[in-house]
Amino acid sequence: MGYPHKSHPRETPVLSKHFGDPDAISLEGWKKRGGYKALEQALNMDPAAIVDIVKASGLRGRGGAGFPTGMKWSFMKPGDGKPHYLCCNADESEPGTFKDREIMRGTPHALIEGCAVGAYAIGAETAYIYIRGEFTEPIQRMEAALKEAYAAGILGKNAMGTGKRVDVYVHKGAGAYICGEETALMNSLEGKRGNPRIKPPFPAVSGLFGQPTTINNVETLAAVPHILNNGAEWYKAMCLSSPKSTGSKLFSVCGNISKPGNYEITMGFPFRDFLYDLCGGPTQGRKFKAVIPGGCSVPIQTMEEADATMMDYEGFVAQGTMLGSGGVIVFDDAQSIPRQMARFARFYAHESCGQCTQCREGTAWTTKIMERIVAGQGTFEDLDTLLELADNMTGKTICVLSDSCATVVTSGLQKFRHEFEALITGRRSSTVSMAVA
Amino acid sequence: MSGHTDVPYEPVFVGKRRTELDELLTRYPTKQAALLPALWMIQDDRGWLPEEGVTEVAAVLDLTAAYVRGVLTFYTMYKQHPTGTHLIQVCTTSPCLCTGADKVVDAFLEHTGCKELGLTSADGKFTVIEVECLGACGFATPVQIDFDYVENVTPEKVPTILAGLK
Ligand SMILES: Cc1cc2nc3c(=O)[nH]c(=O)nc-3n(C[C@H](O)[C@H](O)[C@H](O)COP(=O)(O)O)c2cc1C
Ligand code: SF4
Ligand code: FES
Repeated sequence: MGYPHKSHPRETPVLSKHFGDPDAISLEGWKKRGGYKALEQALNMDPAAIVDIVKASGLRGRGGAGFPTGMKWSFMKPGDGKPHYLCCNADESEPGTFKDREIMRGTPHALIEGCAVGAYAIGAETAYIYIRGEFTEPIQRMEAALKEAYAAGILGKNAMGTGKRVDVYVHKGAGAYICGEETALMNSLEGKRGNPRIKPPFPAVSGLFGQPTTINNVETLAAVPHILNNGAEWYKAMCLSSPKSTGSKLFSVCGNISKPGNYEITMGFPFRDFLYDLCGGPTQGRKFKAVIPGGCSVPIQTMEEADATMMDYEGFVAQGTMLGSGGVIVFDDAQSIPRQMARFARFYAHESCGQCTQCREGTAWTTKIMERIVAGQGTFEDLDTLLELADNMTGKTICVLSDSCATVVTSGLQKFRHEFEALITGRRSSTVSMAVA
Repeated sequence: MSGHTDVPYEPVFVGKRRTELDELLTRYPTKQAALLPALWMIQDDRGWLPEEGVTEVAAVLDLTAAYVRGVLTFYTMYKQHPTGTHLIQVCTTSPCLCTGADKVVDAFLEHTGCKELGLTSADGKFTVIEVECLGACGFATPVQIDFDYVENVTPEKVPTILAGLK
């Protein structure tokens, strides 16, 4: 369902089927809609068998990197005598992305069930759902749903009467984009500053509290009960383009577009149809200029590229970008790309944790130079400096926040260089407002 | 609840809050893991994190005050200073900026009488700040007022929104 809009006939509502339906929020309502059948089935299975089903489904991580979920789970060794942990990443702070919030607000029990199944499958008795601190309403909904699940004996020492222990807790963040990076999230949960950790060791070896840990995105975990209920083949069959991208996917759409909101489609859907048919095209009298399809950390696309894109992991790569988190940001012809890119640079400068010199200094300098160009005080030399900085910020730091800031600059300059040059030579388009907020 | 400076500090972790903290500690293998939630409890009760609160959290979790301070300064939502009765947080990251979030900021500054971002209005009622993406980009411009989101805010709606705040 294209929440907040009416469902479009070309959507594939699996995760979003009950968005906007107030009856789906409570335990009773959720059970009527088939809730917790998958958990009951899972708790009576061998954990390895669950991992095999998830592997066979082709499910890949929905948090940004697209790592195969079943494979990630198989790195965990249940029965090794150590406590294991599952962290559900509900930090959702990537500009353009607002789908996990809808899962938590609309179907909180779907996430609890996914967490419980995931925890059991990786040999963990405890799962923490790390939710960004700003999400007051989703946190309240999740807390209320957890209370219901505990009272009904679904969670706890004797989960669903199986004698197995599954605890799920909410942990509230306190404002820091970087805590969505998985090792920063673990540090934050441990009561530390949210600084990313150097890898290796990888979380499956030494993660939360130094123990084997798996981190998964909200949407990834919410998909798992559907896979158990309907089978791996059913999930795998949801695929319109590349066989390496399966299932349904939520895309959040925002910016200069007629119907912003969440839409769920089968992997491989044509991007052009998505933007014009499902999302209603540009607003009155405007034309689309550019799209950032996967949250602000992926390269910007021209409309020619976007029009030729199939919406799956491989399809976005083939058109010079990435699926990322599925946060589609649209800019129309009234927007100045340099101005928007300067604002993104400022976002990264604000959110850098400051551990790595290239990132701490690079994001700050990039912002300074970009804002200077937007203010009409840039030089052609500045454009070279930006690219040189970007080169220094790529592949050299503890996490990829630094690389993401560089991507904004390099893709923006590569595809919309004429707009930067026009600002430098003073030939500005009159329709475009230039002030930096 | 927002910040008050003139109320003398009373320990937070007594009675109901102490029980809450004790329950919380059973969820984690270390005491330190309860640091973020414990800081939230103080801020929820006091409106911000005064020095006495930092000392109290450190004592109940067996940490040093310096350590606690080092952690809390990392996170933007912990208030190290009191603010106006209502903290108005406008997202201005690009997806919201491109739909006019800067005009929403201007409208809040004008109608609250706050002269600048981060300053509190003369009547002590409002503080306006810009924040990064609130994870509600499809409802531009989202504004977080204290705890709750107000969505699809336009400059025209600002006077009505402010009138609704006590
Ligand atoms: C700077 C940064 C921010 C991130 N923010 C998020 C986030 O908010 N939510 C999320 O699920 N993943 C985020 N990620 C990705 C996580 O590190 C991790 O890959 C993901 O949660 C794994 O889950 P998945 O395999 O289910 O996708 C971020 C990564 C980086 C580098
Ligand atoms: S790249 Fe930036 S955000 Fe990531 S660890 Fe280094 S300084 Fe921190
Ligand atoms: S960019 Fe404003 S809420 Fe995401």
